[in-house]
Amino acid sequence: MKTLLSAAAAAALLAAPAMAEVKVGMITTLSGGGAGLGLDVRDGFLLAIAQSGRDDIEVVIEDDQQKPDIAVQIADEMIQSERVDVMTGIIWSNLAMAVVPAAVNQGVFYLSPNAGPSQLAGPGCHENYFNVAWQNDNLHEAAGAWANETGYTNSFILAPNYPAGQDALTGYKRFYEGELAGELYTQLGQTDYAAEIAQIRASGADSVFFFLPGGMGISFLKQYADSGVEIPVIGPAFSFDQGILQAVGDAALGVVNTSQWSKDIDNPTNAAFVESFEAEYGRLPSLYASQGFDTANLLLSALEVAEPSDADAFREALRAAEFDSTRGDFAFGPNHHPIQDIYAREVIREGDVFTNRIVGVALEDHADAYADECSM
Amino acid sequence: MIPERWLTFAVLVGLLAVALGALVMDRPFTITLATRATILALAAVGLNIALGQGGLVSFGHAAFFGIGGYAMGILAHHAQTFTPLELGPLTITGTKSMPVIWLTAVVASALAALLIGLLALRTSGVYFIMITLAFGQMFFYFAISWSAYGGEDGLSIYVRNDFPGLNTLDPIQFFGLCFTLLCLVLLFAGRLMRSPFGLALNAARQAPERVETVGLDPMRLRLLAFVLSGAVTGLAGALFADLNRFVSPAMFSWQLSGELIVLVILGGVARLIGPVVGAIAFVTLEHVLGDVTEFWLIWLGVALLLVVLFARGGIVGLVARRGHG
Amino acid sequence: MSAILIIEQVLNGLQFGVMLFLMAAGLTLIFGVMGLINLAHGSLYMIGAFAAAAVAGATGSFLLALAAAMAAAAAAGALVELTVIRRLYAADHLDQVLATFALILIFSEGTRWIFGSFPLYLDVPAALSGPVTLPGGIDYPRYRLALIGAGLAVAVGLWALTQHTRIGIRIRAGENDREMIAALGVDIGRLYTLVFALGAALAGLAGALVGAIQSVQVGMGEPVLILAFVVIVIGGIGSIKGAFIGALLVGLTDTLGGIFLPEFFKLFMEPGAATQTGASLASMAIYILMGLVLIWRPTGLFGARA
Repeated sequence: MKTLLSAAAAAALLAAPAMAEVKVGMITTLSGGGAGLGLDVRDGFLLAIAQSGRDDIEVVIEDDQQKPDIAVQIADEMIQSERVDVMTGIIWSNLAMAVVPAAVNQGVFYLSPNAGPSQLAGPGCHENYFNVAWQNDNLHEAAGAWANETGYTNSFILAPNYPAGQDALTGYKRFYEGELAGELYTQLGQTDYAAEIAQIRASGADSVFFFLPGGMGISFLKQYADSGVEIPVIGPAFSFDQGILQAVGDAALGVVNTSQWSKDIDNPTNAAFVESFEAEYGRLPSLYASQGFDTANLLLSALEVAEPSDADAFREALRAAEFDSTRGDFAFGPNHHPIQDIYAREVIREGDVFTNRIVGVALEDHADAYADECSM
Repeated sequence: MIPERWLTFAVLVGLLAVALGALVMDRPFTITLATRATILALAAVGLNIALGQGGLVSFGHAAFFGIGGYAMGILAHHAQTFTPLELGPLTITGTKSMPVIWLTAVVASALAALLIGLLALRTSGVYFIMITLAFGQMFFYFAISWSAYGGEDGLSIYVRNDFPGLNTLDPIQFFGLCFTLLCLVLLFAGRLMRSPFGLALNAARQAPERVETVGLDPMRLRLLAFVLSGAVTGLAGALFADLNRFVSPAMFSWQLSGELIVLVILGGVARLIGPVVGAIAFVTLEHVLGDVTEFWLIWLGVALLLVVLFARGGIVGLVARRGHG
Repeated sequence: MSAILIIEQVLNGLQFGVMLFLMAAGLTLIFGVMGLINLAHGSLYMIGAFAAAAVAGATGSFLLALAAAMAAAAAAGALVELTVIRRLYAADHLDQVLATFALILIFSEGTRWIFGSFPLYLDVPAALSGPVTLPGGIDYPRYRLALIGAGLAVAVGLWALTQHTRIGIRIRAGENDREMIAALGVDIGRLYTLVFALGAALAGLAGALVGAIQSVQVGMGEPVLILAFVVIVIGGIGSIKGAFIGALLVGLTDTLGGIFLPEFFKLFMEPGAATQTGASLASMAIYILMGLVLIWRPTGLFGARA
């Protein structure tokens, strides 16, 4: 098992044989096609721990290979053998569903830096589960709200045919008030969207909403730009994040996307985060890096107040969310999911780097739709 | 070179010793790893019935593994949510009882193997490899879009299912259960190899015409082998789902079919204990290499290449001479 | 649904099919001549795309990028043939499956090691970007038309190569009777390396061409590999003509199935459920097609071997 200590902790270990007192288990995706997201969450998280200067936090990091069965095993190992106090790191909803319910039922705290499946926000919510990113529907809901604000009345919507895709379209429709020019489910992992683009062209839509994470979004945007269809596109931040924008290139310029974070959110924490992340890792931080950073800072803020061994006090400290978030105001709702602003951003070019700029607030102090179903 | 029978005995005793040693040293995760190896071994023993004895290179055995997993997932899901499953006139309440789940998994995967076998066995060679792959992919895509049971997210079962008289959540007790099943299946597979059916199946692989001249139908022999093979792999699927307390379409993926083949060849094709050795080696490699480097899959690839190029007959072929003819 | 839309979708299906042909041609050639199942063919496709992205990024020239893609894939193919594959011709399919499965692991993680975990950028050349208006008023991307053209050109080229050149005669002879051509003094080792490199170059070319309109990332080859296998099995393994027909069938089935199946279910289901059911069935359509073909003709449409 790889064990990573923060730089400060390593130095402290050399100076005096101090024992790590808090053990954090991070399960994230570090190999295979989805590794970029996990690397960003990990790097953001470790940056915050290093900046805290605390030498009593040990972070144990393991690669889940984006496979649910591997993630479950690592979780078992971390809980049974490593006896971690807090777990975090999972990127994908299906892995979170496999790991989180069992982990929190064994008394471990779980802080989600990325996935927010609706089950864990609604009936399956748990007092030891905190989501520091978003409930899965949030960014799609904001896209629907932004479409109203822009005056779109006839949207064409598409997403892959799997639960997160179905949630995305439901989320968009929950806030969007106009007509639907068309609704399409594509195949998971699909790489060619010529057929879908032809349907969009023929549909007479005034806007296109899409949720196609990872490589699917890159393919769609390149092909869409090349098709000459001029209908404006809107989508959640996942297809416009710092890691993949460079691969999309010009095709993404001007596209509006919704996000709870952006590099240009104006607050000192964010400015310091962007600068120090770039200095440390030599690349601009992404959405995922900011989530990893915020997750670590939430954890640090709670550790100032209580030890994880004192579960009730520690839980209260987490719930208070007394930390400076990179996204400004941040609070937890009754189901331990964020209440936060969600912005509309536009893709721009800065020199030879593609990045995002905020153009407005899509939803203010937005909570999720499942909080009522949660009884804690 | 030692006789194969001794090796079989030594490997099983070794596996049991690792689990018991981990219990004494209070290393529960090592027991979990041993359980994972045991279950993968069971799945590969199932594949080996078709592949080793029947010469049927199935690149779609993940279909049966997944069906076993979903049999567990669906039954336990209905039991844990207290929603009966309506199947036309039939109402099933769901269950958390392992024996019932195992039986369902075995019957369901045997039926699927019968259907797939009836169609796929019309072809042979590479075409058989590919048509089994195609069936696996069909199940995979079906499971992904089957939103009633979680689609790609899969299904979580919060508490492991029950076995009368045991606390299955205790790692060593669950290991014991899986280990016992593996031993029983090995006993069965060993008997099968030496039975008239096994001998005829072997003959049908090597000289189908001769088998026909003595009045046996090679096609029916192969079909029966394929069904038995699918049923055993399905049982392993149900156990695997219970180990993780989770099922997802990943159990149907073609990579998993590939991994099962890897286990069989790594250990030694058509050797009774081959798949078990392969599974133990694979789980160990996965665990040890993963700790050494982020790019451990490269070294796993290199290790597999070395086995193919320089250790024909797999690991068992290196250390044991063939037992019974 | 208008006639224009249907024509456009048929063009899309053709374009997809033609790209699949580039992959399938190499795969079927290698199987036909050497009897080898090459699971690592998708990795060669990925290598082509990465090489193209790297060279296009450095030089800005798309043509150079294509050349680099073919050269890199051919070099990787030749290297693998000389070091690993060569030892597997006599082995059974089982060993080949395992060895080439191992090669996938090595190539995928090796590429990630060299190029990192984020997708690379590769764009269509300026001269071929944007749409063109076809007779009948169909707006169609110029680049996709170029892809159809390039794929057909390769198909014709392969046909000419196998039918009308000395090397082609040797390749066909190799398919029919290995001992015979060895007896005739042909250096069979060199012929095999050449055929393998040729198949790899075709895969690399496909990777580069498709990479320009898709995402260049680790693992991009595997989905295409499975489709290419479906293609050659439908067409009959070893047959280039079969690969061509199979590729077009799969391309059209996949594209048109995705459009018409949801529409079909809308006739008797409510739209949301129909879209989802249709999409589920469409994702299985090509495997169902393959199953049906094999049940009807167990060695594919143009397959000779039993």
